[in-house]
Amino acid sequence: MRIKEKKMVGQKICVVVISGTLERLQAAAMLASVAAVSGQEVRVFLSMNALPHFIKGSTAEAPHEGPMGDLMKARNVPEFKMLFEQAIELGGARLYPCSMAMDVLGIGSEQLEDYLGEATGLSRLLTEVQDGQVWTF
Amino acid sequence: MTERKIVDGRGSFCPGPLMELIVALKHSQVGDELEVLSTDKGSADDIPEWVRRVGHDYVSTTENDGVWHIVVRKTK
Repeated sequence: MRIKEKKMVGQKICVVVISGTLERLQAAAMLASVAAVSGQEVRVFLSMNALPHFIKGSTAEAPHEGPMGDLMKARNVPEFKMLFEQAIELGGARLYPCSMAMDVLGIGSEQLEDYLGEATGLSRLLTEVQDGQVWTF
Repeated sequence: MTERKIVDGRGSFCPGPLMELIVALKHSQVGDELEVLSTDKGSADDIPEWVRRVGHDYVSTTENDGVWHIVVRKTK
C-alpha cells in the first residue's frame, strides 16, 4: 500500500502555460506548487503571453478574464509568481522559458527572472512530457 | 522533546496555508506537532489530504468561530 502511494505521488507533471491572464496563471501556479510539494516531479514551460510576466522586474499584475480575477485581487490570494517560486524552493520544480517566445520578444536569459531554467524548445518539451501528465493553461 | 507550533494561515487562500505549513515543517523536528490556523475552508479540507499523500501524521481538525485548526505531526 505504502509503495503504491509513493509511486502515485512520484508521478511527473508538465505544466504548459500559454495564457497571460491572471486566472490561468494562478491556476497553473497552484497546481505546480502543490504537486511539487507533494513529491511530484514538476516541469513548467512558459510560452506566448505567459512569458512576459517573467521578465525581471515585472509584477504579478495580469489582465483578468472574468469576475474571479477581480475577486482574487480583492482577497488575500497568494501571488502566482510567489507560488511558482515556492514550487521551486520547496518542491524542486523547474521552470523553463520557451525559446521561441524569447526570440519573438527579443530577450535573453539574463532578462528573465533568475529562477527560470535554460531556454527550451519544442523538441526538449516533447522529450520531457513523454513520461508525465501534461496540463495546459 | 516535542512541541506544538502554530502556523497562522488566517486570511490567506488555497494553497497559502498549505505552503506556510510546508515551510514550518522544514524547520521542525520529527515528532513535532504543528497546528495550522486557516479561515479558508478549502485549505482545511485539502491539508489532511496532502498530509496523507506525503506520509506525515494527520492528527485532527476542529473549527471554532470560522477558524479551522488542523493538527499535523511530522514523521520524517
